[in-house]
Amino acid sequence: MMLCKLSLKNFKKSFKDYAIYFFTLILGVAVFYIFNAIDSQTIMLEVTSSTRDIIKLMTNMLSGVSVFISFVLGFLIIYASRFLMKRRRREFGIYMTLGMSKGSISKILLLETLLIGVISLLIGLGSGIMLSQVMSIFVANMFEASLTKFTFVISIPAIIKTVGYFGIMYIIVMIFNTINVSKCKLIDLIYANKKTEKVRLKNPILCVILFVISSCALAYAYYLVTMRFNEMEAMYEILIPIAIGCISTFLIFWSLSGMLLKIVMSLKKFYYKGLNSFTFRQISSKINTTVMGVSVICIFLFLTICVLSSALSLKNSLNANINELAPVDIQIMKTLNVPPGTKGYTNEQIEDSKISILETLERLNFDSSKYFTDVIDTKIYATNDFTVKDALASAYDEVIKSYPLLNYDTAEAIITVSEYNELARLFNKEEISLGENEYAIVADFDQWVNIRNLSLKENIPITILGKTYYPKYEECLDGFIYISSNHINTGIFVLPDDAVNESILEENILTANYNALNEEAKKEIEQRIIDLDKEEYTKNTSISASTRISIEEASTGLGAMVTFIGIYLGIIFLITSAALLALKELSESADNKERYKMLRKIGVDEKMIHKSLFWQILIFFLAPLLLACIHSIFGIQFCNIILSTMGTDQLLGSILMTAAVLLIIYGGYFLITYYSSKWIIEEK
Amino acid sequence: METLLKIEDIEKYYGNKSSLTKAIDHISFEVEKGEFISIMGASGSGKTTLLNCISTIDRVTSGHIYLEGQDITKLKGNELNKFRREELGFIFQDFNLLDTLTAYENIALALSIQNVPFKEIEKRIKEIAEKLNISDILSKYPYQMSGGQKQRVASARAIITSPKLILADEPTGSLDSKSSRMLLESISSLNKELQATILMVTHDAFTASYASRVIFIKDGKIFHELIRGKDTRKEFFNKIIDVVTLLGGNLNDAL
Repeated sequence: MMLCKLSLKNFKKSFKDYAIYFFTLILGVAVFYIFNAIDSQTIMLEVTSSTRDIIKLMTNMLSGVSVFISFVLGFLIIYASRFLMKRRRREFGIYMTLGMSKGSISKILLLETLLIGVISLLIGLGSGIMLSQVMSIFVANMFEASLTKFTFVISIPAIIKTVGYFGIMYIIVMIFNTINVSKCKLIDLIYANKKTEKVRLKNPILCVILFVISSCALAYAYYLVTMRFNEMEAMYEILIPIAIGCISTFLIFWSLSGMLLKIVMSLKKFYYKGLNSFTFRQISSKINTTVMGVSVICIFLFLTICVLSSALSLKNSLNANINELAPVDIQIMKTLNVPPGTKGYTNEQIEDSKISILETLERLNFDSSKYFTDVIDTKIYATNDFTVKDALASAYDEVIKSYPLLNYDTAEAIITVSEYNELARLFNKEEISLGENEYAIVADFDQWVNIRNLSLKENIPITILGKTYYPKYEECLDGFIYISSNHINTGIFVLPDDAVNESILEENILTANYNALNEEAKKEIEQRIIDLDKEEYTKNTSISASTRISIEEASTGLGAMVTFIGIYLGIIFLITSAALLALKELSESADNKERYKMLRKIGVDEKMIHKSLFWQILIFFLAPLLLACIHSIFGIQFCNIILSTMGTDQLLGSILMTAAVLLIIYGGYFLITYYSSKWIIEEK
Repeated sequence: METLLKIEDIEKYYGNKSSLTKAIDHISFEVEKGEFISIMGASGSGKTTLLNCISTIDRVTSGHIYLEGQDITKLKGNELNKFRREELGFIFQDFNLLDTLTAYENIALALSIQNVPFKEIEKRIKEIAEKLNISDILSKYPYQMSGGQKQRVASARAIITSPKLILADEPTGSLDSKSSRMLLESISSLNKELQATILMVTHDAFTASYASRVIFIKDGKIFHELIRGKDTRKEFFNKIIDVVTLLGGNLNDAL
């Protein structure tokens, strides 16, 4: 009972000290709930079944990410409780000198953790439930769905999940605290506050050398991920620049904390002005004792910036691409001339592969002339005698060095120039005219364009059905055959009409617009096509279709999914790093309180003290952010290369958005830290 | 001699109506320029409260304190800090040195907060360090110094701004007898050579015997006053012990 009273009183008394910790917990719980409750927010949306599938996929991915996030938050909570424990060592020392057993102290801590846990869960869930109502508007916007009716949704599974995950985290914290207390020695507890800090100045020459080396290493890592990325041979190679980046981040902070002070100290006029000497000593000792922490925070911030800006830009550019890359309503594909006995095909399908799409549609009782306009019938040819390897010819040796993972045995797709031009007219692309023994390549996948340009520059001839052709252009032409949401055309060979014949016919494509005047009518035709899938005959034919509407939905869904996961991860990383900095700063303000008291006694103005405090906290918060920003300049470029197939044109807007999020959350934590520190050191 | 500090009938109460503690009960005295005054009293006699009131760390309940004619009980907010910074020097029992700064930087801080240019700071520290015999420990951190060294650094910090009044609160409280002696020699030489006015609070008769005048306080009132005059330190010390005995043996830890 007495213990209960003690912990309650402690909680009330140290509430202001706990404020940041408490605030972070609430924020963590709320964000955790909101993102796990998204799927119940989407229930009131009017979406098609394919979007519903994407939402399902997204929910699954979000719960996967949540596991990872619970680890991050768990780490934060344990770290934070260790900080708070440190602050209270003297208090525990007094309990122990009064004869309280370690078991009882553990019980006090247990009760306090329980109290904080329950209250933060309640408030966090409460604010999470409120905020997730606002979130549903955002969700609707992301999926471009109309919000049919607004209902107040409470997701019971998300609540259970949040309580479960955080419950486990709190239990782990309790175990940690108990271990921590049982390891404490009374002597250390009592003299905890009396220990004066030993100032260890690092060897300045070593610092300079390390700084130069780590800066160079970092520059090399930047170079690897941006300029040399295309030459990376295997996935694990990306780990090299990541490792270099992490190690040099640590070393830069290590050496900088030593160097900075030396540099400032040598500027005697500046150093011995006002409280500058005190301020810089404080900053240097703070960074000195938390090099590891600051490095981790820097990397977290870097991840936040990259993840947020990439995720935000992806969604916009995905939508922008569709108008260009899916300019028609539908494309139906059918593989022709499947050789007998091919795996994965039934005998009926092989038999059926002899007939064209139009015939197939007839058999399905689908009146293509009624539903379609602008119909274009295209044939794609391919032969195993003409593979990627053959197409590259002498450039192959060079290409395989840079791209060893590509499959070079795939047969290249061929289209006749007149059929291509028909499509090009419809797609608003440039038409091609070819001489008798000339060929051209149409591609829009950047990496492949580069590969193919190599062979085109070398004027490599190709041989189709015994006849040789030479490239007409030195570069690939921009264009595509299949509608899609991204630039994924790896290359199609355009040849004169007489270059191919029926023997190497591979695929039939039917491109068309819907014969409809408005969106409603288009949707009806779309539904008619979806219904075809239910016909008995469909089983016996290997026909497939992609429609503009489905591409739009998939792309919107994908964009929304990536954006949500990105925002989720980004916000959690940001909260974690800001909270770590804030806690470190606040856990020291008890020690600092003594120092400020001394300063006041020798007559330092409050204004000067506040200024000094402001600069200390600002530099402490800015140091990791600054390096993270430099990292991000290259990191975002790297993300850009990876996501280049998706197109990331609107990067500036998303970077500005990221900056805004950063400013609000990180800046908010900075201000809270500054004001709480000011409050702690104030004389009462 | 001209009067530097004039304390006029001050009172300081703690607590509320139901339980009122009179820490200072109508005290008045004057301090001349260049004097070295000791205030003696047992624990709880009100001597530290008196010092806190003079140093503007605490406020008086009634009465006035004048430093060179200026009523410092009327100062507010940053005027107080400015006053402390520019007119007073402090020596504390627990040294009050910043543990993250070297001795040099600790001393320099007292000047840099007054916006003294660095050239001047450098010159003055060199002078004072020689006087207090701390030149060779200037680059050390507090944790590398002995108690006596720390207190001499603190004294250097107190004197370097050439304050009108130096307030010392149990300066020998944390020192062994040898260090105490060295420190007190230094302080009295500062008093003699630089004509620094020093007001020292102590409960230790030996420490008090270095002063030129000793004021005894009991229960918030002035109980007795001793002036050293032409006495040797030893004779003065014996006189102090006599008064201490008279005071009721509360100070029997005097030796």
